[in-house]
Amino acid sequence: MEHIELFFKSIFVDNMVFAYFLGMCSYLAVSKKVSTAVGLGAAVIFVLTVTVPLNWFLDQYILQPGALAWLDGNTKTPELSAYADYDLSFLSFILFIATIATMVQLVEIIVEKFSPSLYNSLGIFLPLIAVNCAILGGSLFMQSREIETALLALNYGFSSGIGWFLAIVAIAAIREKIRYSNVPAPLRGLGITFIITGLMAIGFMSFGGMLTGGDEDTSLEGKNSEIGFDPSEVKENLDEASVQVVEASEITQE
Amino acid sequence: MGLLSKKDRKLILDPLADDNPITIQVLGICSALAITAQLKPSIVMAISVIFVLGIGNVVISLMRNIIPSKIRIIVQLIVVATLVIIVDQVLKAFAYELSKELSVFIGLIITNCIIMGRFEAFALGNGPWRSFLDGVGNALGYGVILIIVGFFRELLGSGTLFGFKVLGDPITKTGLYAIGYENNGFMVLPPMALIVVGIIIWVQRSRNKALIEEN
Repeated sequence: MEHIELFFKSIFVDNMVFAYFLGMCSYLAVSKKVSTAVGLGAAVIFVLTVTVPLNWFLDQYILQPGALAWLDGNTKTPELSAYADYDLSFLSFILFIATIATMVQLVEIIVEKFSPSLYNSLGIFLPLIAVNCAILGGSLFMQSREIETALLALNYGFSSGIGWFLAIVAIAAIREKIRYSNVPAPLRGLGITFIITGLMAIGFMSFGGMLTGGDEDTSLEGKNSEIGFDPSEVKENLDEASVQVVEASEITQE
Repeated sequence: MGLLSKKDRKLILDPLADDNPITIQVLGICSALAITAQLKPSIVMAISVIFVLGIGNVVISLMRNIIPSKIRIIVQLIVVATLVIIVDQVLKAFAYELSKELSVFIGLIITNCIIMGRFEAFALGNGPWRSFLDGVGNALGYGVILIIVGFFRELLGSGTLFGFKVLGDPITKTGLYAIGYENNGFMVLPPMALIVVGIIIWVQRSRNKALIEEN
């Protein structure tokens, strides 16, 4: 159940592109044709699925405060370990990005060796991916949301990849069609793509209510409080606005 | 500006308008949009990027002759990551609330395409002083857009600037609110950042026809 919830949440509610604007550079640059968009999207799913669990292990066994307890074998009573006080979390940026860059390079070599046809379709996109914010963003969100198990991390990486894939394929399809529309000249190309993405993001916000039924509410809020920009904050803003409206109407009634 | 020759001045001024990293080169959108709901985080983000890109460009430029071209991406990533860690630690020490608010987006400066783009396109082929100017110029161009977006979103969305109620108090009905003005709650939502940038592009391109794209 936990897995299904995380899966749909990462695809729709916390969509990498529409909720957090991650990977926008390649999203805008490589979305002119559906076929190339599919290639890049597939490569992103692949790399996210590999790097998020990998960085989860790094985070769990090296970076977190007290994570180094395994070094002297005190796994049962980590607080007694000589290494319990070490907090290396300031190193996470550099370790995560190193993992990602190495993995991308490695994946490129392996794919080239064993599946030349896949390499031909993904190959040119792989180097681009090392600097795709969605990949590093996936690992950083994984860390800040404190995802509990390696399997959940794997799930998170895979499903956020799918969310990104959906977004880029959708915008590529729209851009292929919009070529035949009469867009105002200054908006052509980049401008209209921004505005369409904005409208799509508004559409995706409606998924926000999907997983907030019943007793799950509390756990969601707990998780989201770590992250600055989340649906609950948006909800608060809306609540505030509606409170103001109510107050205003009360004042006028008086 | 007696210090700078004409060529150097171009390096700083071009990215501010006609060669803007966000609206023309389409780089660095990733972190630009998510943090612009208010003016303060936008300015902090702009300053952080100016610092990282200015120093990073100098470092890469100094090392440009000893980096083997095959591993240059990793070298560049390590340089940026180090600078970003410095920014992150400074923010955590002196502005903890703000660094919580920016959450992962400070870390995402590492993969900000402007930075890699300038390293590749400029710092690898030019001397340190010019690279520094180029870095600062491009980061300023990025910052300008961030601040414009942040300004409009905070003003129209919450009626405040830096948290000060510049349009009057919506609850006690002073200032503009007295004559029936309402905040546009939509502006604080993330999608509006995209639409505001879209509008900036529209305005910029209708003023300068040379920038209009074919399709």
